Amino acid sequence: MKTFKHAIATAVSVAALLGSLGLAPMSVSAADEASSVEKGKEVAFDRKKGNCLGCHAIAGGDLPGNIGPPLIAMKARYPDRQKLYDQIYDATKRNPNSAMPPFGRHKALSDQEISDITDFIWTL
Amino acid sequence: MKTMRILTAAAVVGALLSAPVMAGNVDPAADLKAVRDYFAKKFPETPFNDYINGVYSIDPASRAQWEAIEEFPPYEPNIDKGDELFHTAFANGKSLADCFPGYENGVRQNYPFFDKATKQVITLELAINQCREANGEKPLGYKKGAIADISAYLAFKSRGKKFDVKVEGADALAWYKRGRDHFLAKRGQLNLACADCHVYNAGNYVRADLLSPALGHVTHFPVYRSKWGELGTLHRRYGGCNKQVRAKPFKAQSEEYRALEFFHTYLSNGLEVNGPGARK
Ligand code: HEC
Ligand code: HEC
Repeated sequence: MKTFKHAIATAVSVAALLGSLGLAPMSVSAADEASSVEKGKEVAFDRKKGNCLGCHAIAGGDLPGNIGPPLIAMKARYPDRQKLYDQIYDATKRNPNSAMPPFGRHKALSDQEISDITDFIWTL
Repeated sequence: MKTMRILTAAAVVGALLSAPVMAGNVDPAADLKAVRDYFAKKFPETPFNDYINGVYSIDPASRAQWEAIEEFPPYEPNIDKGDELFHTAFANGKSLADCFPGYENGVRQNYPFFDKATKQVITLELAINQCREANGEKPLGYKKGAIADISAYLAFKSRGKKFDVKVEGADALAWYKRGRDHFLAKRGQLNLACADCHVYNAGNYVRADLLSPALGHVTHFPVYRSKWGELGTLHRRYGGCNKQVRAKPFKAQSEEYRALEFFHTYLSNGLEVNGPGARK
């Protein structure tokens, strides 16, 4: 009985995992990825969009703020791309008092824009 | 390192301002102590009395340049204009001077105050317009122009006098709490509270702008801002900071902003009036 329950739980979580992978853009071609990184950089640096430089030092950006930590070594620190996406989508999930705007939840950026920014940030 | 940051932020929020609200009661004296202690720890180099200088109290790098500006202050013509307006007779022969007895020795530090009779917080700018209206004159616009000039003149006459806002009785406390709530609430599309920028991140940079401490914020208003190219009132600045986080600003002299000014000025109790000021 116990094992059965466990088996179901495992199956459900595997399904959930597959589901969430399904939602994230998978196996894009190299060319698409390059363009999403470029687009992501543009949206991230745009003052009227991400304005990430307002709070974070980012390679290639001038006069960054320092409310948030420098964005470096992101792939090493966020092996799971979804975690990085989630931080940008709604930083208050991890830290309810976060000074980082919940870009996705507050619709400051579209899901696509957040996905592009995630690709860009992941290259840092 | 990451966890440390989060812990520090949460601990500060709890200790500084949020805890009493959760408990359902607000204690102004405890807030005042918490805010002073917090900044004393955060900026050990800054003497208490120096917070009246806003961002320059924590930024030696830009201070020299600012002090040079203050030697030939851009707001000087505004003080003269305010002087003139203050003494110009209304149609009925009276003037603003009749409404502000003792102005020569300084009245700025007495505002804002809670008026028990009307159960309203009265700011200096509101009192100026109430005087005009009581004498059959039209009210002035609240963000800039004549009202800022008059406010600058009265602030100048009050330099050196100390703020001592009193929060007495349940009604006054309700106004205080409303201002406090505004100050602490995350707002706008960017989800930022006044406290996020001017308490927890004071001394940090948003892009190239160093964030000033909330302590001492109000003492030097109205302010001549290079960005505006003119003088503006405290409520004009409130509107600007609300807009920055993509929130809809409230009207100057709305109850919301008067409550905010009441709370915000209480935090500067014990500091001197040094308005008008010059800022970037
Ligand atoms: C107004 C300030 C602010 C802005 C704007 C901002 N952030 Fe942040 N960010 C923070 C803070 C503060 C943290 C620290 C963790 C926390 O409190 O959530 C953070 C954390 C992060 C982290 C986690 C860093 C780590 O070391 O784990 C990432 C990734 C990040 N931000 C990306 C972004 C991106 C991308 C943007 C722009 C689309 C952005 N941030 C805009 C304030 C900001
Ligand atoms: C996104 C960050 C941010 C938020 C949120 C914010 N401000 Fe500001 N504020 C600034 C910046 C930047 C300046 C200009 C530099 C300075 O003096 O701090 C400023 C300046 C001010 C000044 C002028 C200080 C002076 O010496 O002239 C006042 C007063 C002020 N803010 C009040 C508020 C209040 C009240 C709120 C909430 C309603 C608020 N701010 C929210 C960023 C912010």
